[in-house]
Amino acid sequence: MKILTCPINGPRPMSEFAYGGELREMPDPASATDAEWTDYVFNRNSVPGIKCEWWCHTSSGVWFVAERDTVSDIVLRTFLHVKSVGGGA
Amino acid sequence: MFTRHERLKNSYDVVIIGAGGHGLAAAYYLARDHGISNVAVLDQGYIGGGNTGRNTTIIRSNYLTPEGVKFYDESVRLWQDLSQDFDLNLFYSTRGHFTLAHTDSAMRTMRWRAEVNKHFGVQSEAIDAKAVAEAVPMMDLNCGGHSPPVLGALYHAPGAIARHDTVAWGYGRGADRRGVEIHQNTQVLGIELEDRGSGPAVVGVRTNRGRIATRKLLCAVAGSTPGVLAMVGLRSPIYVHPLQAMVSEPLKPWLDPIIVSGSLHVYISQSARGELVMGASLDPYELHSTRSTLDFAESLSAHMLELFPFLSDVRIVRQWAGMADMTPDFSPIMGKTPVSGFYLDSGWGTWGFKATPVCGKTMSHTVARDENHVLIRGFAFDRFARYALTGEKGAASVGH
Repeated sequence: MKILTCPINGPRPMSEFAYGGELREMPDPASATDAEWTDYVFNRNSVPGIKCEWWCHTSSGVWFVAERDTVSDIVLRTFLHVKSVGGGA
Repeated sequence: MFTRHERLKNSYDVVIIGAGGHGLAAAYYLARDHGISNVAVLDQGYIGGGNTGRNTTIIRSNYLTPEGVKFYDESVRLWQDLSQDFDLNLFYSTRGHFTLAHTDSAMRTMRWRAEVNKHFGVQSEAIDAKAVAEAVPMMDLNCGGHSPPVLGALYHAPGAIARHDTVAWGYGRGADRRGVEIHQNTQVLGIELEDRGSGPAVVGVRTNRGRIATRKLLCAVAGSTPGVLAMVGLRSPIYVHPLQAMVSEPLKPWLDPIIVSGSLHVYISQSARGELVMGASLDPYELHSTRSTLDFAESLSAHMLELFPFLSDVRIVRQWAGMADMTPDFSPIMGKTPVSGFYLDSGWGTWGFKATPVCGKTMSHTVARDENHVLIRGFAFDRFARYALTGEKGAASVGH
C-alpha cells in the first residue's frame, strides 16, 4: 500500500486521498485577456517533472499541497497551503 | 519483416514521431493513397511497444456524439478487410459488445446512445436484463448483491477484438514495402522552427542519431504528447494518467461477447488463446510511468467476481499499464496546429486502438493536403479556444 503524509493527520494509506490537480495561479478574471483565460481554464502542464499538486485527505477533508515527481511517483514533501490576504492561489 | 536502415537521411518529405499503430498507419496511407513515400517513422523504443501493445484490443463504434460515431464507424469498416489488405492474419473477431446498465439513468444513456447510433446506421440496441441473461447465461445479474443489479445493456453487434501487435506489424510492413523508413531506438530531442513572418513553421528534427530536415512533422505518440508539444512551444489540455490492464491464465472458451460495465469499472473479453483480457478505469492521478499496482488488480478482480463468481480460482498471469493522453471532453485532438507543418494525432485517452485505421487515413490526408480531413474537424486543436468541445461520454473511462 502506498502511503501519503497528510500535514495534519500524518502518514495514511493512499486510498484515503483524492488528487486535485496541479497547483495553479488564477489570472484576475477582470483583467485577463480571452487567451489567458482560455489557457487557465483548459490547458495543463503535463510535461513529466516535479510538480506541486492539490491533494485532499478525504476522511478528514484536509486539502494540502504535495510536491511530487510525476515520473518516479516519489512525494518530496507535503504542506498546508497558506492563502495570501484577499484570497487567490 | 522490416528493412533495417543504418543511417537517417538528411531530409524527408514527412517525419512521423511514434512507430505505433497510428504513426505506421499514417505512413502506410501516405505511401499507398497519397504517393508520399519519402517518409521516416521514428520511435524511441520499438515498433508497437507503446499503447498499441498495451490496450485491451476492443473495436466498437457505439459512441455518443455524432462526431465519434461517424469516425468510429469508418474505422470499423476499415478494420474488416485489413487482414486481406496486409496479407497478414489480424485475428479480427466479431463478438458483439454489451455495455451493462445498473441504474435507470444508465439505461437512459444506453437508449440515447442506441438512437444516435441507429441514426448513423450503426447497429446498436438497448436490451433488457432478460436478453442479457440469454446472451450471457453465466453472468450473475444480481452482482452477488454487492452492487446494483444489471437492468439491461447497450448491445452493439459489430463489437470485435483483434490481435494488437499484428496491426502495427501489418501497417509497418506495408509502409516499409512502399519505401517508408522505420527507425527504432531513435529519440526526438528537439524540433527546429523558423518564423518568416507568417508564424512558426517546422524546418527540422533533432534526434539522438542526428538532425533531419523536414517541413512536415506528425506527432503520433501517446503519453509523451505534452513533452513533444513543449518542443514547439504549445500548451494543450492533455493530462496523462496510466491505464492498467491484466490477463488471466488461458481457459476453455466460455465467453464469446465483450462485456463492459461502466458502474463496476470492468471490461472483459476472451482472447483467441483463451486468456481473459480485463481492464478497468484510469489510475486516479497523473503519472508518467507504466508501473502497475496491486490496488488495481485487487479492485478489478473484486468487480469481476461480482459478475462472474465462478472465476474465483482463476489466476492472473500478467498485468501492465500504458500512459493515456486524457482530454477534458474525452475526444482526441487531431489535425493542424498553430505551428505550420506540425500535425497532431493525440489525446487518445482510452480509445486509441480501435481508431488506428481511420486515424491513419484521416491524418495522412491532413498531412498530404495540409487541411483537416472532414471526419476530424470536431477534434481540432483550437476547439478549446472556441469553447466548442466535443463531449464524448461513450469513452471507456466514463462512468454513467
